[in-house]
Amino acid sequence: MTLFQSLRGSMKSNAVSRPPRYSAAGLLVKGVKQESWPRVWRDVPLKKSYDVVIVGGGVHGLATAYYLAANHGITNVAIVDKSYLGSGGSGRNTAIVRSNYLTPEGVAFYDRSLELYNSMAVDLNINVMFSERGHMTLAHTDSALRTMHWRAEVNKLQNIDSSVIDPAEVKKLAPSLDTSSDPRYPILGALYHPPGGTIRHDAVVWGYARAADHLGVEMHQKAEVLDILVEGGDGPDGKGSGGRVTGVRTNRGDISAPIVVNCTAGWATLISDMAGVKLPISTRPLQAAVTEPVKVFLPTVVVSGSLHVYVSQTDRGELVFGASVDPFNTYSVRGSLEFTEELAGHVLELMPGISRMRLLRQWAGLCDMTPDYSPVMGFTPVEGFFCDVGWGTYGFKAGPVSGEQMAECIATQQTPKLIEPFKLSRFSTGELVGEKGAAAVGH
Amino acid sequence: MLLVPCPHCGPRNASDLSYKGESHARPDPNSATAEEWRSYLYMEDNPAGWLRETWYCRSGCRRFFVLERDTATNEFRNPPVPGAKLGGKA
Repeated sequence: MTLFQSLRGSMKSNAVSRPPRYSAAGLLVKGVKQESWPRVWRDVPLKKSYDVVIVGGGVHGLATAYYLAANHGITNVAIVDKSYLGSGGSGRNTAIVRSNYLTPEGVAFYDRSLELYNSMAVDLNINVMFSERGHMTLAHTDSALRTMHWRAEVNKLQNIDSSVIDPAEVKKLAPSLDTSSDPRYPILGALYHPPGGTIRHDAVVWGYARAADHLGVEMHQKAEVLDILVEGGDGPDGKGSGGRVTGVRTNRGDISAPIVVNCTAGWATLISDMAGVKLPISTRPLQAAVTEPVKVFLPTVVVSGSLHVYVSQTDRGELVFGASVDPFNTYSVRGSLEFTEELAGHVLELMPGISRMRLLRQWAGLCDMTPDYSPVMGFTPVEGFFCDVGWGTYGFKAGPVSGEQMAECIATQQTPKLIEPFKLSRFSTGELVGEKGAAAVGH
Repeated sequence: MLLVPCPHCGPRNASDLSYKGESHARPDPNSATAEEWRSYLYMEDNPAGWLRETWYCRSGCRRFFVLERDTATNEFRNPPVPGAKLGGKA
């Protein structure tokens, strides 16, 4: 029996069981009785073998596990993470979702993600606080405006609500922006994308974890992968091209598994190296900051590529700022003063009215940058070792669709059409998917 | 701010320099296969530890040099190698 058949053998019916719902009545009862809440997911001992082991317990790993169980009935799955669930990029991003990308491949992919985010509250029975507030990418130069028109046309062809608006309309949507000709880089227009918005990233992590746990997936926190066991490869210790995965070695012992999935974002190359797979990925931190809370005044997400900044206001009233990735590779997530200085300068050029606001805190997350700003997904030269990495600064937006497609890829042992353009072999065949113009703010 | 020890200008703010990435020997264009060439172009070691990397002193001496830095702690070690070409063997 092939691996494929043995996996299909464990499939169940299509009706997906959902975890119980949180309700206002439940909250009231718990409040009055002063009861503590039950554990949201089980804490079970690590078994000796699984059908699938997923390395990395962020949105991507959890979504992959959830869709493996929900769509394909593969429930003998373990997620191992060296820290707690959502401790990496999933809890450090600025929680923005959108689908107005530049390449047709990117647009189709992120639009499916937005669809899944839209129905997530119902699918997972958890309030993910999705706010479809609109997303505005400002243009400050003629060339930027040209790219916005290009993006708008690519988007419209694929039925994405996306159009270029003039400064007067920008002012109407976000009155706090300085649309005069005074700044060094005046606002010349914007790409407006009404379906974009923000979502609570922790709720997405917890929602997937809870739903996956409900379907039988095991989550093991503080379980660090020390090595990936591969045999038959052409590299040292039988690793590398042509080999096949037999399991992983963790700080809690060896696990045997025919399939291992790498969902470790900034640490992607460290995990892939253990299997002898080279990746075109460099790790860079992306810094973000949040201000003290004020009354709601910014109704949309505002992004400026030329000024390397994006801003949105949370439900609590804090302004969340993000910027471009740091200028050199590092695994250190220490914040830097030049980031806040630069950020403040750029934000004040956009919104001079907030000059007296104070920053509450700043943090950094690790981004796994690829040369073409598109991810690396699917098969690798090592049989049974899958990658869902290279997510750079846009991993959160893509979480649900990546999980769905990776689950299909693993269950059917075929690359789904939606992720075909993102295969690792594109770097040896030269079929890069250049997404820099729409994926990053630092260009 | 990261202080980068330029061999000509001494320690300078990282913002005065431009990071050129990992320093790998360039394969011979006359004999390299397409795979070797693309691997040189795109693939990264990306270690969490000591890394040999190329910097360009953009606002100072305007020269390239190779440094070793620990990517986990951002410490530099060994004196920098002046005059090394971008991506070349130092």
